[in-house]
Amino acid sequence: MKPPAWLALLGIAVLAPLILPTFYVTLAGYIGLATIVALGLVLLTGISGQTSFGQASFVGIAAYATTLLTRYADQPPIIGLIVGVLVTGIVAWLLGLITARLSGHFLALVSVAWGISFFSLFGTLPWLHGFNGIGDIPPLTLGPLSASDQRINLAVILVVVATVMAMSANLLDSRLGRAIRALNGARLMGESMGIDTVRLSRHVFVIAGIFAGLAGFLFAHFQRFVSPTPFNLGASIDYLFMVIIGGSESLWGAPVGAMLVVVLRDQFNDWIPRITGRAGDFEALVFSLVVILLLQRAPEGLLPLLMRLKRQPPPPVLPPETAADLSIAPAAATPGEEVLSVESVSRYFGGLAANRDVTFSVRAREIVALIGPNGAGKTTLFNVVSGVIAPSFGTVRLFGSIARHRRPHHIAASGVARTFQHVRLLGRRSVLENIALGAHLSGRIGMLRAMLRLDRSEEAALLDHARQQAARLGLTPLLDMRAGDLPLGQQRVVEIARALCLRPRLLLLDEPAAGLRLAEKQRLAVLLRQLRAEGMGVLLVEHDMDFVMGLADRVVVMDFGQKIAEGAPEQVQSDPAVMEAYLGAAA
Amino acid sequence: MDSFIFFALLQDGITTGAIYLLLAIGLLITFSVTRVIFVPQGDLLAFGALTAASLQSGHVPGTLWLLDGFSVLALVMSRNWLAWGVYPLVLTAAAWFLAPLEQPAISILLALAIVTPMGPLIWRLAFRPVADASVLSLLIVSMALHFVIIGMGLVFFGPEEARVPAITDTSFDLGQLNISGQSLCVLGSCVVLVAGLRWFFNATMHGKALRAAASDRLGARLVGIDANATGALAFGLAAFIAALAGVLIGAVTPLSYDAGFDIGLKGFVAAIMGGLVSYPLAAAGAVLVGVLESLGSFWASAYREVIVFTLLIPVLVWLSLRAGSGEERA
Repeated sequence: MKPPAWLALLGIAVLAPLILPTFYVTLAGYIGLATIVALGLVLLTGISGQTSFGQASFVGIAAYATTLLTRYADQPPIIGLIVGVLVTGIVAWLLGLITARLSGHFLALVSVAWGISFFSLFGTLPWLHGFNGIGDIPPLTLGPLSASDQRINLAVILVVVATVMAMSANLLDSRLGRAIRALNGARLMGESMGIDTVRLSRHVFVIAGIFAGLAGFLFAHFQRFVSPTPFNLGASIDYLFMVIIGGSESLWGAPVGAMLVVVLRDQFNDWIPRITGRAGDFEALVFSLVVILLLQRAPEGLLPLLMRLKRQPPPPVLPPETAADLSIAPAAATPGEEVLSVESVSRYFGGLAANRDVTFSVRAREIVALIGPNGAGKTTLFNVVSGVIAPSFGTVRLFGSIARHRRPHHIAASGVARTFQHVRLLGRRSVLENIALGAHLSGRIGMLRAMLRLDRSEEAALLDHARQQAARLGLTPLLDMRAGDLPLGQQRVVEIARALCLRPRLLLLDEPAAGLRLAEKQRLAVLLRQLRAEGMGVLLVEHDMDFVMGLADRVVVMDFGQKIAEGAPEQVQSDPAVMEAYLGAAA
Repeated sequence: MDSFIFFALLQDGITTGAIYLLLAIGLLITFSVTRVIFVPQGDLLAFGALTAASLQSGHVPGTLWLLDGFSVLALVMSRNWLAWGVYPLVLTAAAWFLAPLEQPAISILLALAIVTPMGPLIWRLAFRPVADASVLSLLIVSMALHFVIIGMGLVFFGPEEARVPAITDTSFDLGQLNISGQSLCVLGSCVVLVAGLRWFFNATMHGKALRAAASDRLGARLVGIDANATGALAFGLAAFIAALAGVLIGAVTPLSYDAGFDIGLKGFVAAIMGGLVSYPLAAAGAVLVGVLESLGSFWASAYREVIVFTLLIPVLVWLSLRAGSGEERA
């Protein structure tokens, strides 16, 4: 977040408590608290594509932790804050540990279970005083200052909201932010760029948990009374509804949604009993209907509708001021070194043999083309080499060492980059951001420093590197466009630029020339020759024979999962087995 | 605890376990065919029980009006006159005339006839417009739907608990043990339903279409299987199973409008134990959940829920270790 926006938020945080009438001070406090939880959920749901129906229990854990410490153990609130946030973080980490490798809906389902479990524990553990709750929680203190006035509390809450918001915005505008966006529906691509998606998902989940814990700490000292009810499943669902109603894809969806839900709920509580003549949870019914309609008609939430800024291009990324030194040359390879060696690899899907006993190798400074009719098993072989699927039999050696049981991000880290037959880009992000995803492994700075904006020099270097790779492929004029708006051929080129950002020693290209015009193909061929001269090994799957035959040093031909020929382009072209595979048996 | 109490608890646990199994099957069917995790299935269970109880006391239940309302909306959207026009009219008339008879068998059959079509209606109104969204979005719609349905349940049935007429009130002694006829009815229905589903999936065209859609949605579409029809069928089956479970368990335990969620959630636990894919594993899980809950309520009743959900942890760890890593996740 830019400093002016943050300062404006901070200004509101200080001014609002001074001018609001007393009733609204309390209401604004609850909106602020809900916003903090909802911000975590935006990161989790809207940005990283996971979700949780159990955030209220994190709020509860921290609230009870600080209550026990300050009310019964006479500790200052700061200890309550540290312990509360630490405990929620650890619980979230453990829960993430057991679900992070499973599909997204498992986390969501399990969150329902733990939401109910924690709620039931809050209600039954004798030392938490059950549904009678615990009152007389001391107010926030800092040295001699004591926040016994709700207005001071509100100011504290709003300052925290502004800070959490700014930190989230900073995180999203960083190397890890790009990686988090890749978690949402593009995990395989992310893995291939060297992102440990399992670990990163867990980290996002912990951050969302910590935000909820922060809100829980403030809640306890704001309300100065805790009981299990505000931490039940319904409350968790409320937070999620806020995010959906506000808009889960933008951080601003959190305050908008929190405000709408908290204010409307307050109004409903006044009006519905007067209309229907009976009390009940009718506002939940109304909110639920709204959520269903929104997900059917406007899944991006109300914020984009309210602001009428649907499909705005992402803001241009400013050029770097001071870039750290970052070499763009690929890691040196010994000429003639075997970078990839596929040894008797077979891969079966049930009874279908996609690859049978395939053996070939790729050396440094060499372009090898893998060709064959559709369904010959080329893409399966690609996936085996890049670690997406394991071979049923046989071994894959990368740079001389066996690559068994390694996940794609390990393989990427060892110096292998790939593109995809079906382009995998973050269609709604800029070309530059997409290319910079490939530079993920060049960065070292973690989440906390990114949130505090201490990553600028590294970030500038990464973006600079991405720009240089883009320039090599002639993408410079397109850098600020949304990747999804480019024609398919250009999207393939973006994928190549992204792969080059990894500085690979082995480059795997899956049909790079498909959809390119002649001039673009020629340019791509020039680039690939140049990469070869720099020492890179290139393996490409391609259907365009003119392109392949003019470029490749060696051609491997596959048919029905087996290698049927291998050799120099001219040699392969006159091979009878190859002619038969492509043209049918000679009569 | 002596063996007498143990066996009584065991009988109790197996009976509820059978109910969880029914719900787990419904969940697996809807999830594998449409990718929807059908949270409100448990609420339809409560609807089934309360509708039967309401008919039995001579009232025309509010769920019938809900069915009529949903049908009108569905009629506006898809003009299927037979399903959403004629059927609700006939059913409304039938309920009107038959409810005052207060016959248990009629009440139960009418309840099944009222609650079952809510499955396809829910599919048509809530899920079909977003059928291609992510599993997560579908889950959120599902969760919201749960609140809509219990909100309506409160309007129709009030906060009171109600009991369904038992199919049989005989019981007999086996040694020291008293075995209730209703428990046997629950188990028997469960067995019949599982056998029936097995036949349906293996021997009928509709069943095979469902299996095809479950194993490959796109492929099924390409060979001409109508995804909307399979969705409606899957939800219809799930709703029927839920309603049946409701009238069965409603005779053992009195239920209130919001009791279904907990029961449904335990069906989930069972289904997750089956990895959301395997029916036999889900069956074992369901019985385990039922028995554990029953024993847990004896030893540490306050921590019953916690014990049941803690069961999930080892299962998830196991699933995690087994899970592939790089595959694309929904």
